[in-house]
Amino acid sequence: MAVIPLVRPTLTLLERTYLPQIASGLKTTLKHIFSPNVTLEYPEQRPAIPPGYRGVPTLVMDPNGREKCVSCQLCEFVCPPKAIRITPGEIPADAPTGHVEKAPQAFDIDMLRCIYCGLCQEVCPEEAIFLQNQYSMSGYTRAEMVNHKDRLYELGGTLPDSHHKWDKKLAAEKSGPAH
Amino acid sequence: MATEIAFSDSAAKSARVRPAPGAGQEFETEKMSLSMGPSHPSTHGVLRLQMELDGEILTKCDPVIGYLHRGDEKIAENMTYNQFVPYTDRLDYIAPLANNMAYAIAVEKLAKLEVPARCQAIRVLTAELARVSSHLLGLGAFGIDVGAWTVFMYAFEEREKLYKLFEELTGARFTTSYSRIGGLQRDVPEGWTGRVGAFCDQFLPILEETLALLTRNKIFMDRTVGVGVISPADAIAYGLTGPNLRGSGVGLDLRKDKPYSGYEQYRFDVPVGTKGDCYDRYLVRGEEMRQSIRIIRQVLANFPGGDWYAKDARKIFAPPKDKILTSMEELIQNFMIVTEGPQLPAGEVYFEAENPKGALGFYIVSKGGGVPWRLKIRAPSFANLSILPKVCVGCLVSDVVAILGSFDFVMGECDR
Repeated sequence: MAVIPLVRPTLTLLERTYLPQIASGLKTTLKHIFSPNVTLEYPEQRPAIPPGYRGVPTLVMDPNGREKCVSCQLCEFVCPPKAIRITPGEIPADAPTGHVEKAPQAFDIDMLRCIYCGLCQEVCPEEAIFLQNQYSMSGYTRAEMVNHKDRLYELGGTLPDSHHKWDKKLAAEKSGPAH
Repeated sequence: MATEIAFSDSAAKSARVRPAPGAGQEFETEKMSLSMGPSHPSTHGVLRLQMELDGEILTKCDPVIGYLHRGDEKIAENMTYNQFVPYTDRLDYIAPLANNMAYAIAVEKLAKLEVPARCQAIRVLTAELARVSSHLLGLGAFGIDVGAWTVFMYAFEEREKLYKLFEELTGARFTTSYSRIGGLQRDVPEGWTGRVGAFCDQFLPILEETLALLTRNKIFMDRTVGVGVISPADAIAYGLTGPNLRGSGVGLDLRKDKPYSGYEQYRFDVPVGTKGDCYDRYLVRGEEMRQSIRIIRQVLANFPGGDWYAKDARKIFAPPKDKILTSMEELIQNFMIVTEGPQLPAGEVYFEAENPKGALGFYIVSKGGGVPWRLKIRAPSFANLSILPKVCVGCLVSDVVAILGSFDFVMGECDR
């Protein structure tokens, strides 16, 4: 049967004296007093963060210490609350990573605007921006709440790279014309 | 000189049926206007009630809304379809997973996309978990409103377990942003379905224990039985949906009547009230949680494998990530989709889903291209609150608190 009418209880004379409910309510709460704690003593105890958690967005480096971001500004474009601001910069041609050509000159994420949605990580074609485990941010001023490039790399650290696409490009360039 | 009238509780109750003061009055009285909210613990957010009181009895009640207006509908016109997903979290923020799903299905209807069975099953699963989470909050908050603190504590303990599950699935506890057009943000993690099953097993006894604190409780019944009665005709006329409509005895449930996302495969009952008072709305929510667990168990018992993202949607909405990193075509396509939006056909669609609060509808007008030309959100809380001026008149101020609690509305959705 699809639709079921709900039965409304009729109280017995005893129940109408309020007493049985008070007694059974106290019994329930007493039982819970002696059950194990469900709370954490934050911040001494911290909850376990599952993999894939969407915490504070960070920038990461590849295992060679190269900054992975190539300042394509796609995250800046997709960011729904417009929290990201990037100033693209050039990498000098004679630098060891000169073949990558571009890196951000400035990269600011305004954590007062960020909504931790993870779209930046989703669209990034370089796997350079990641939402990692940190979840609490605080500061005394608005300016403190803007994460600049240095801070973003400090938070992000180094992550393994499975594609090595820029290394492959360099190898192709060295071995002859790529196209 | 001020005249002091001490009404006992029972006297106040009898005063409810007293005719409006008029003839035979010895002193001059005037009506008092009282503003409840926008920051009042029992208005669940930022609802303001402009009330006109005759003594303790309401003669007029005007809800003043809009304190949480963010212009979501206008915001939608300025961004691509996938970019709007995080904004749907913030409609009914108690059940973001259900909103994500409703929005995704609406856009998929416009794009004429079919999502795979696994995606549908995950969506049903998350929507029902969201319903349990929302009703638990509704129950707990209703408990507090009428003076039952313990219920709130037990309800929140269970919600915490649900939040842990959501966190593991989506990466966020509260603002999940889980659906994508044509699919999901990601597949379910290893072992997650098992943990959902374990949650269901331990949840049912706790739910019964929590409900037992209220169902036959004389104090609770004194506060709710016969208070805020809505007739079925009124409920339909004011456009009520969800548990508030079913509490009045109208068995409309979009999951049954217009099944979407594979709801037709699952067996569940639609509970309806008989009297339409606050107590019936409470009973309906309690029973709906049991039914939700029933649906979740059916989904888990027959969990489909395969893709969780529609193949066609990959071309329109999001190329697979590993392809973006290695293939030039997908990389360019990714840039095009993000900057210009997915290219959808022109047309108009309306889709509404049975959310925990009622029917959440999205009406999308597209003139083709990457952004909606107009996106109208039919928010259930907005429609549900429209009946307040009718239902509150003649009540005591303390009854208003019980009525608001039984309505279980969210202002994020009402004001949008």
